[in-house]
Amino acid sequence: MKSSVITFPGSNCDRDMDVALKKFGFKNKMVWHADTELPKSDLVVLPGGFSYGDYLRCGSMASKSKIMQSVINFANSGGMVMGICNGFQILVETGLVPGVLLRNKYLEFICKNVFVKINDKRNKYFKNVNNEVLEFHIAHNEGNYFCTNDQLKEIEDNSQIAINYCDENGKIEDQFNPNGSIKNIAGIFNKEKNVLGMMPHPERMIDNSLSGEDGSLFFKNLINNLK
Amino acid sequence: MIVNEKIAIDHGLKKDEYAKICELLNRTPNITELGIFSAMWNEHCSYKSSRLHLKKLPTKGKKVIQGPGENAGIIDIEDNDAIVFKIESHNHPSFIEPYQGAATGVGGIMRDVFTMGARPIANLNSIHFGSPQHKKTKNLLRGVVHGIGGYGNCMGVPTIAGQTSFDSSYNGNILVNAMTLGLVKKDKIFYSKAAGLDKPVIYVGSKTGRDGIHGASMASASFDEKIEEKKPTVQVGDPFTEKLLLEACLELMEGDSIIAIQDMGAAGLTSSSIEMASKGNLGIEINLNKVPCREAKMTPYEIMLSESQERMLIVLENGKEEHAKKIFDKWNLDFEVIGKTTKSKKIELYFDKEKVADIPINTLVGNSPMYDRKWKKVKLPKKNKIKKEDIKHLKIIDVLKKILSNPNVCSKEWIWQQYDHTVMGDTIQKPGGDAGVVRVHGTEKAVAASVDSSAVYCWAHPLTGGKQVVCESFRNLIAVGAKPIAITNCLNFGSPENEENMGEFVECVEGIGEASEYLKFPVVSGNVSFYNQTKDEGIKPTPAIGGVGLIKDYKNMITMEFKEVGNLVLVIGKTEGHIDQSLFARNILDEKNGPPPEVNLFNEKNNGETLLKLIYANLIKSAHDVSLGGIITATAKMCIKGNKGINIKKPKYLINEIEYLFAEDQGRYIVEINKKDFKKVSDILNKNAVHYDELGIIAENELYINDKTKVTIDELSTSNKSWLINYMSK
Repeated sequence: MKSSVITFPGSNCDRDMDVALKKFGFKNKMVWHADTELPKSDLVVLPGGFSYGDYLRCGSMASKSKIMQSVINFANSGGMVMGICNGFQILVETGLVPGVLLRNKYLEFICKNVFVKINDKRNKYFKNVNNEVLEFHIAHNEGNYFCTNDQLKEIEDNSQIAINYCDENGKIEDQFNPNGSIKNIAGIFNKEKNVLGMMPHPERMIDNSLSGEDGSLFFKNLINNLK
Repeated sequence: MIVNEKIAIDHGLKKDEYAKICELLNRTPNITELGIFSAMWNEHCSYKSSRLHLKKLPTKGKKVIQGPGENAGIIDIEDNDAIVFKIESHNHPSFIEPYQGAATGVGGIMRDVFTMGARPIANLNSIHFGSPQHKKTKNLLRGVVHGIGGYGNCMGVPTIAGQTSFDSSYNGNILVNAMTLGLVKKDKIFYSKAAGLDKPVIYVGSKTGRDGIHGASMASASFDEKIEEKKPTVQVGDPFTEKLLLEACLELMEGDSIIAIQDMGAAGLTSSSIEMASKGNLGIEINLNKVPCREAKMTPYEIMLSESQERMLIVLENGKEEHAKKIFDKWNLDFEVIGKTTKSKKIELYFDKEKVADIPINTLVGNSPMYDRKWKKVKLPKKNKIKKEDIKHLKIIDVLKKILSNPNVCSKEWIWQQYDHTVMGDTIQKPGGDAGVVRVHGTEKAVAASVDSSAVYCWAHPLTGGKQVVCESFRNLIAVGAKPIAITNCLNFGSPENEENMGEFVECVEGIGEASEYLKFPVVSGNVSFYNQTKDEGIKPTPAIGGVGLIKDYKNMITMEFKEVGNLVLVIGKTEGHIDQSLFARNILDEKNGPPPEVNLFNEKNNGETLLKLIYANLIKSAHDVSLGGIITATAKMCIKGNKGINIKKPKYLINEIEYLFAEDQGRYIVEINKKDFKKVSDILNKNAVHYDELGIIAENELYINDKTKVTIDELSTSNKSWLINYMSK
């Protein structure tokens, strides 16, 4: 399986993603933001970080960078595109997934482990994951997902919510919401479910010396689903 | 503007210093030259009050590749890998503007590390605030934490450990010390020593603006009521540009284009150019019209003294300009050839085709003032005797809860959750333990780092305090299973012109030197921050020690949380019952006098090294050093982190229960072992003449003392975790 990780100026989880993808069997290539063509890929990842310093609005400048037109075309033709953290922010700025990401409710950066409940497994990202709940890790300042009521109805009707913040037993309640996201949303799909944007970083959970191993579970499953 | 003595004094120079400048130049300096002298001769850059004493620190060792004198120190961690590290203060700017002050402190220290060719792999910090009740404390704390996070998080470097304290002596002068560790290949280290004639001098990074002019001079003076007016001397950070600068520099460093490289930190272009020339015994010529400026009509004086951030000065090999420019263009950074190295041994500056400065380098560096300041020795205070009637009404559990929720002991999760501590995917011990630990990427090795200070002990008796801080750093590294290698120090003190403050400095340095010599734990880098003083009120002496150690196989790392019910808990090291200057004495008995706990370097080394033997033999399940709040506090923290209880039985000692549980004697650790290993463990301890006590057995979820007193771990956890959150949300 071939993957591509896009490096924008200010990306800082690009190497971590490269390490994770290779660990689970992807042949990964790093792609520079100023390139125009994507290498042949089964998966494209927009990594975490602070693209362009997040100075205008998180993800907004990156969404206009040269490579993104190819990424958008790739996604529109059914290609798998995953945006993690800043990558999720870039995805909402391109409009590939609906909604926006606001500043965290308590106006503070949060770095910690969280539990997320898988909302829908009828997609290549979560199909065949045995667990209902995964322990993931977040590290962000702007992860407070928001959308209009109409948009919310639409994404709920289409089962576009990928994961919700919850407790270890899968209970989705306000007290387990780290950033104020509407409906505890931690990640969403596009309508066709080939594009996934999520705040948690599975690439930081890939061996038992780190924060946990549920990231391994996620990547192992992902590469199998793509085969 | 014609320079005179008054203008020189306004620049922070003393009368006789100005006279010396005129004598060295054999003429009156112009304003640009005066600015350069004042920047090079201020306390921050010249170490004029401290140099004499710093010379006494041990700086050499088998593992030391680079000691003090470069951008940062370097130690060998084998297999051609080396760790570059340093701690630096950003105290003065952080008090004036906490967000930018702290942020640029973090940015500055990271630049010091990647200037040497190392990729930063971990950040740490030691931050100290005034009394929680003081009206400025909360905002300063919030601003500093946001600033540290804002910069480090954007750079994508994990912040893995730190220390936060509160004391009213910091009401008017907070401390912000930032430390960075970087990883470099031993054969790819870069230095700041220029070499060769007519080599191009390159400016890269951000443009030069009018921010931070005279920042280093501001940091070399005491504060008064007009301090708010100094805001323009605080630099403004741009972590995004620094991230680009990091990547661009590391990319250029892959080749062989660079002769010397130096970041523009304190005193900006002035000190970077002069240091490179001075180390290479060369001259340097700069055309200031070539310097990329953010604002129009900047004068030579402003360009030379600006402390705009995210800038580097490079001496390149001839003919490599195009290659280097391509890399900086790719990263959208300014790149200008601004001058060349010369044989003149002078710094010569040109602006609008006129020579605007012409100073022999050795007058700025070799001839900078050095003072043997007057200082006063501090006598060891007399011990207090605890009166039975003062303690007999105390309930241990109540005292424990009070200590666990003390601002200096309580959980700092509210702070470190705001720092990205897991980016780079190698953090194997997060903040909240004895030391932070990161793996050396792609290897079995890991590096542990800790930052410590004990201002109360240093204030009570600087010599003992200085020793104690080094020992505490040593202990924190050993508690995670790391072999301590070397330290960096950040020496925060009041005014050196005050005999008491100077005495504190001299004796703390002596203590640090003695302990690091004995423990073979040399000082490889550091920084001095004097004048942490508002009017006549100085801070408590606060040397902060950043220690670094190596874990050869990261699977042997130890964490502090209790692991398994039924396991045996031991105290390693002897408890004499030293209560003076303990948290218990100061906060429960309200007794602020008396000596700090004695430091016995033999025991410290022996206990630590023996514990390492036990760890290497896989006999230790968890470990934690005993510090503030004594045995019971350390044990309670291990319970809280592991969500386990313990049944404590006080050993039959002569000292009473309170003294046993709350004393702050040094050289001690709490460790957890499997019961079946007891014989092996006790044999090793006995063989090495290490004293130990059996403290108790790990239980389900309550802490018992002698079977009678008990408290749930949940209750202790709430005491420990809620103070800071409540304080910040009020």
